[in-house]
Amino acid sequence: MLADLPLLSFTIWTPIIGGFLVLMSGDKTPNVSRWLALFVAVLTFVISLPLYSDFDSQQVAMQFVERASWISQFNIEYYLGVDGISMPLILLTTFITILVLIAGWEVIQSKPSQYMAAFLIMEGIMVGVFSALDGVLFYVFWEAMLIPMFLIIGIWGGPNRVYATIKFFLYTFLGSVLMLVALIYMYYQSGSFDVLGFQRMPLNMTEQVLIFLAFLLAFAVKVPMWPVHTWLPDAHVEAPTGGSVILAAIMLKIGGYGFLRFSLPITPDASRELDWLMISLSLVAVVYIGFVALVQKDMKKLIAYSSISHMGFVTLGFFTVFMIAANSQANGGELLGMSGGMVQMVSHGFISAAMFLCVGVMYDRLHSRMIKDYGGVVNSMPIFAAFFVFFAMANAGLPGTSGFVGEFMVIIASFRADIWFAVLAATTLIIGAAYTLWMVKRVVFGEAGNEAVATMKDLNKREVLVLSTLLFAVLALGLSPAPLIDVMNTSIENLLSHIVISKIPG
Amino acid sequence: MSFDHTMLYLTAPEITLALLASAVLLLDSFLKPSQRVLTYIATLLSLLIVFMVTFATHVDSSLMAFDGQYIRDPMSDVLKLSLFVLMAFVFVYAKDDLRRRGSERGEFYALGLFALLGMMIMISAASFLSLYLGLELLALCLYALVAFQRNSASGSEAAMKYFVLGALASGLLLYGISMVYGATGQLGFAAIAERLQQGQVDAVVMSFGLVFVVLGLAFKLGAVPFHMWVPDVYQGAPTSVTALIGSAPKVAAFAMAMRILVDALPSMQEQWQLMLIILAVLSLAVGNIVAIAQTNIKRMLAYSTISHVGFILLGLIAGTTVGYASAMFYALVYALTALGGFGLLMFISRQGFDAENLHDLKGLNERSPWYALMMMLVLFSMAGVPPTVGFFAKLAVLDAIIRVDLLWLAITAVIFSVIGAFYYLRVIKMMYFDKAECSEPLQASTDTRFALSLNGLAMIGLGIMPSALMSVCASVFA
Repeated sequence: MLADLPLLSFTIWTPIIGGFLVLMSGDKTPNVSRWLALFVAVLTFVISLPLYSDFDSQQVAMQFVERASWISQFNIEYYLGVDGISMPLILLTTFITILVLIAGWEVIQSKPSQYMAAFLIMEGIMVGVFSALDGVLFYVFWEAMLIPMFLIIGIWGGPNRVYATIKFFLYTFLGSVLMLVALIYMYYQSGSFDVLGFQRMPLNMTEQVLIFLAFLLAFAVKVPMWPVHTWLPDAHVEAPTGGSVILAAIMLKIGGYGFLRFSLPITPDASRELDWLMISLSLVAVVYIGFVALVQKDMKKLIAYSSISHMGFVTLGFFTVFMIAANSQANGGELLGMSGGMVQMVSHGFISAAMFLCVGVMYDRLHSRMIKDYGGVVNSMPIFAAFFVFFAMANAGLPGTSGFVGEFMVIIASFRADIWFAVLAATTLIIGAAYTLWMVKRVVFGEAGNEAVATMKDLNKREVLVLSTLLFAVLALGLSPAPLIDVMNTSIENLLSHIVISKIPG
Repeated sequence: MSFDHTMLYLTAPEITLALLASAVLLLDSFLKPSQRVLTYIATLLSLLIVFMVTFATHVDSSLMAFDGQYIRDPMSDVLKLSLFVLMAFVFVYAKDDLRRRGSERGEFYALGLFALLGMMIMISAASFLSLYLGLELLALCLYALVAFQRNSASGSEAAMKYFVLGALASGLLLYGISMVYGATGQLGFAAIAERLQQGQVDAVVMSFGLVFVVLGLAFKLGAVPFHMWVPDVYQGAPTSVTALIGSAPKVAAFAMAMRILVDALPSMQEQWQLMLIILAVLSLAVGNIVAIAQTNIKRMLAYSTISHVGFILLGLIAGTTVGYASAMFYALVYALTALGGFGLLMFISRQGFDAENLHDLKGLNERSPWYALMMMLVLFSMAGVPPTVGFFAKLAVLDAIIRVDLLWLAITAVIFSVIGAFYYLRVIKMMYFDKAECSEPLQASTDTRFALSLNGLAMIGLGIMPSALMSVCASVFA
């Protein structure tokens, strides 16, 4: 019965409409706005749950499909649907948004209703990105996402927020306009903006390479891949905690999702031809950015660089498939790499969210993100220290946490492509452990660094609630990743079977 | 010359407006300054009446009147109807602004209505003669309006510049027209097209004619390198007049371009296409880049107009019905968007103070969150960020030029629009991220507030449902 309802539309529009209601509630009664926002977020999460429970993991076709004509002149449709790749990301979005709202509860004192509304509207738009199956609809959501994020960083951000937010906006805007040209070009060739139609459409090599590059710029900026990653550290450092969480946990995933939904299936031949480029960029991200993270003095910056490095694993897992497929002895390695990338995306969503929230907790108390301002936090905040150490371990890929699963799968898969990829990728486990644990050592352990640290209050109930929810998620995914891998399996197999077939007209 | 009553039927909108405009002028001369609001109401009523007359007499095919001087076709009807709506917004916004400046005189309304009449004649012109008449009627009204505030030095300076340069442009256009006439012996657009089709035309004279006509056209549109008057006039004129110049005349200029290039000179498409490409690329480049350096927001919007004209030209360059429809959609959407921008500028101004500089917008979100949101929608629409309607206008134009295999032009256009996004973002930054410099509450009458909200929400409403307007634009070229 639930499957008959337009669940995806509900999941998109409930938070957007709710967001406008929160906006209208104004700032005179902040508590009303907060509770209303939380109610909307929880409601959205509840609405999105049937997407998982009623999901048929054996089905190859899109599910929960909604299709209606939108702009008939251009054959643009309001066309929504999910498969095993997008569904987990939608749930991640609706889940993380609740935590973000709770995390900003009394921290945000200036214009709280606008803050809460921005996150709710953002949530709806992000769900839209993951479920759109029409090129223009996707693009509309993709670009609309910039508006609330631009405001979130710009209004509630740190001292250098204006520079950071304009850089963020322009970087992503520049990345995506060429994607628009590519979409229109494919529309001109195929007569519709149907993404699944794009996937079936024959394209010659030149077209594929150009389209691939146009998409690459859009998605690489979002992921972000080296060398177009420079907006991310700025944006993260200046964004309020909630903004950083959404950025790291979900917006970066949209880039990875784009590769799976657009680049690989629409331009498989170009992807195969250019996989060396993608693999090199990913390895540079994994190794070089890992070293960059090591020398950061600012905790948020460190986590931002660690995010870039972790996302390198994701793209590595996605683009080694061609080399694995070419290697006849490696049966099933492609699936492992790609699923590994997906698991890594979801897991990083939880872990990076938790890490940013932890930094946010400290920032709220001391108003500094600098590592040197802390030291011996464990003395005054033992409960917090326990959480922080746990999430740091997860970030370093400790077995038993979700961080391990994805990285492990990708490393195994890359062994089957080329042993040197695996060696390079595995080094990062060491670097990752180094930068994370070194930061923990300097921040958490030792004698209390100064008087301010010694008087910091430990976590309140609200913070414990948020962090323990994430802790539970990280552990659950780490100990039993099977439910997640199972829902994705059919879709990823289907994707793999498509991308090995050439689309060049014969 | 034969005369029959269908001609009156076809030209009913123009005749009605001419009568009503005269009536408004007459009515105003009998009113005391305190009763000026009646002129305002009479003006809006005139617009409503002429709207209904046009709508009631609308045509489904192309009909000529007055010996091929006047044409009534679906395109002209749609453009005129949208002009009435745009002008209504102009008058509503202008009223508060005029009152604040203490220059609410009836002439503003009368001149505005006569300018509208000029635009209608331009839209319905079927020969160079009637086109020129309409153009000059419009231009003369606008010259007077720019100088409307007699004691303002900058206004008079702007009017002078506008007048001299505008007269020069008219001269160039007239020169081009005489060349075309010399080559073809015709003034009617259809007749010229026919002559060119037959091919017995002096090619040299004709290309001279084309160059000068396109030049005059580029001048009126404000395309680079004939854009120099635009920033000065936008900045110097009272904001209420800038709102008028920056909106409805763009629609009329689009119609003028369509009439000349498509109706009269279709067989020279290859030549004018090339000229327009140069104009369009230059407009996009200069408009977007120079706008970054502006601190005066009216000047910034002037350069932004120039870049948008580049986009309108792109649609014409495509040279297909899809392209013309996209250019028309773009022109209409842009006119409405620009109006919203100027309307909000007037809204922020107050007694003895004109909001002109970027920093006047600082902290608007604190002073009035709702109108800050409206302004943001307008700016995002100008920047072409979805889900606002500006994005769909750009999408339509890009689609049209990709269809004629001008991919490089599409890529150039989108890259310049990214550059352009910067200065719109900077305004949003002022409104949302900076502290207000003054905390005086914003005042405006109810009708202005209503119109502003409607205008702002139209950006997102038309963005979510662009289909209706797009299909109207497409149907007139079907």
